[in-house]
Amino acid sequence: MKTSLGPIQYCWPKEKVVEFYETVAQSSVPLVYLGETVCSRRRELKFSDYLALAQMLKAAGKEVVLSTLTLIEAQSEFAELKKQVENGEFTIEANDVGAIYLAKEQGIPFVCGPSINSYNAATLKKFASWGMQRFVMPLELSKAWLTQVLEDLAPRQVEVEVFGHGFMPLAHSARCFTARHKGLTKDKCQTICIENPEGLLVQTQEDQPLLRLNGIQTQSANYMDLCDQQTQMQALGVDYFRISPSSLASIALADELPAKSASHDRQCNGYWHQLPGLTLS
Amino acid sequence: MELLCPAGNLASLKVALNAGADAVYLGLKNDTNARSFAGLNFTPEKLAQAVKLTQQAGKKIFLTINTFPKPGEEQRWYQAIDLAADTGVDALIMADLSLLDYAHSRYPHLPLHLSVQASATNLGALSLYKQEFNIDRVVLPRVLSMKQVRDLSKVTPVDLEVFAFGSLCIMAEGRCHLSSYVTGQSPNTGGSCSPAKHVRWQDVGDSQQTRLNDVLIDQSGKDEQMGYPVVCKGRYTTSDSQEASHLLESPTSLNTLSLLPELAKARVVSLKIEGRQRSPAYVEQVTRVWRQAIDTYLSDPAAYTTQAQWDQALAKVSEGQVTTLGAYERTWQ
Repeated sequence: MKTSLGPIQYCWPKEKVVEFYETVAQSSVPLVYLGETVCSRRRELKFSDYLALAQMLKAAGKEVVLSTLTLIEAQSEFAELKKQVENGEFTIEANDVGAIYLAKEQGIPFVCGPSINSYNAATLKKFASWGMQRFVMPLELSKAWLTQVLEDLAPRQVEVEVFGHGFMPLAHSARCFTARHKGLTKDKCQTICIENPEGLLVQTQEDQPLLRLNGIQTQSANYMDLCDQQTQMQALGVDYFRISPSSLASIALADELPAKSASHDRQCNGYWHQLPGLTLS
Repeated sequence: MELLCPAGNLASLKVALNAGADAVYLGLKNDTNARSFAGLNFTPEKLAQAVKLTQQAGKKIFLTINTFPKPGEEQRWYQAIDLAADTGVDALIMADLSLLDYAHSRYPHLPLHLSVQASATNLGALSLYKQEFNIDRVVLPRVLSMKQVRDLSKVTPVDLEVFAFGSLCIMAEGRCHLSSYVTGQSPNTGGSCSPAKHVRWQDVGDSQQTRLNDVLIDQSGKDEQMGYPVVCKGRYTTSDSQEASHLLESPTSLNTLSLLPELAKARVVSLKIEGRQRSPAYVEQVTRVWRQAIDTYLSDPAAYTTQAQWDQALAKVSEGQVTTLGAYERTWQ
């Protein structure tokens, strides 16, 4: 099993993103996803900037995948998506069925991201017939689910990736929760989410960490941490263990992953064990 | 424009038809639909009765099979499709790709509507479902602005159905894990958002606590009116504010009566009323008001305005007695 770095889900200043990927280029991580997956109003980096970073990583020997927006609402966002899919060089991670359509039409291979609803083998086979090369297991599913699906998929034509570490993207809305919290409207948001490089922590009235506001995205308050499940994943035939970046430290974690066990710090792993996602089992 | 009303049981179905629904939607009594609350939904026998009643009334009936089959248990969903085809429903409302594939290949003449749980919001997604499974219609998630609905209507290869009234889901439906994150069950996997068995209300001193699987979702005065507890409508604090507030959304219902002319101009074919889990009294009240509104609009589109008594009647059956235009209105976003 190899390691992958998922797309940065937060709005980071351009120089921080560039620094991040320059460090990734020096690491041993073989597979890197990059691109804006949350909000089209974030314009710190343009598509051309991501493309340049992708080329730099490719030159450093990485396999690179361009991740696309999760919730595509405006025609302008669909036009931008088309540009990404037709980049002529890199595979894309489809985070909306609209991206799958474009990839399929162009005969371009793609990866199904975790927000694509692939809940059974028949669906995955259909995606594979349209050019899917790899899929990331949807977040709310479990080891038991994966075991059954991989059995149903045999002989397997596609690779499988599991979101193994990081704050989980749980939902996407039209509403920008960060802007609203700061008393701003979405249309004049000043990209205020840049002030929360790990999202904004939300707690219950009993101070239980529950969620993270990241613009239009709602995340888990705690890390999903499946580092201690690597042996089981390996045995199942999982190809990639995904680390979702929240800081430069994520690169070090990815670099040294096989030696890491779970950290027990702000952690949850319920979904993998068929429990509520926020549970630590 | 079709008025499409919810039927959680035969009683609701009958009042919906009497009160002026053009079509009704319903689910089977199992986890093949995303409203599998105890006491709701239809056995095969009741479904047959429902089809007969609806067709006698000259109206349409759609069956919702909009959860995602579990590996190894797919037969239950396939059987639901077979049953629907045999019973003669007018359309199936589905989200899972493998089910659309199954229904399209076996029953090519049975119309398919893409459920809101498929979370299809753009031309690409609609084109794929049209091309591969020949869907007739899409139910749009409650995340598009009115302008975005209008823009999509100009290019869509399929008919559009929108949510017109009812509980407001603020996330892209079918891709929201908040319920399973807290309870282990979600509309996609278990058949409902915030399953009732995980909900607990508790009086503590002067206040009432609302818990979902032991997680404190809200705390309120005893007289305060509370909505059904879902994670996105709870009151929480943040690391920069200790005052608990509705950070995502307050308990409120969607009410688009004032948008009716715009929805008509955008060639929306169907107005959906949310609430299969609600009482027959709710279904009757809402159906009656919307029938009047649509008829008023159709008789003289230029003169249409929302009438105060409609809004008052709908407010009574709304969550928290508050209504909103939700994402249709850009300022909400």
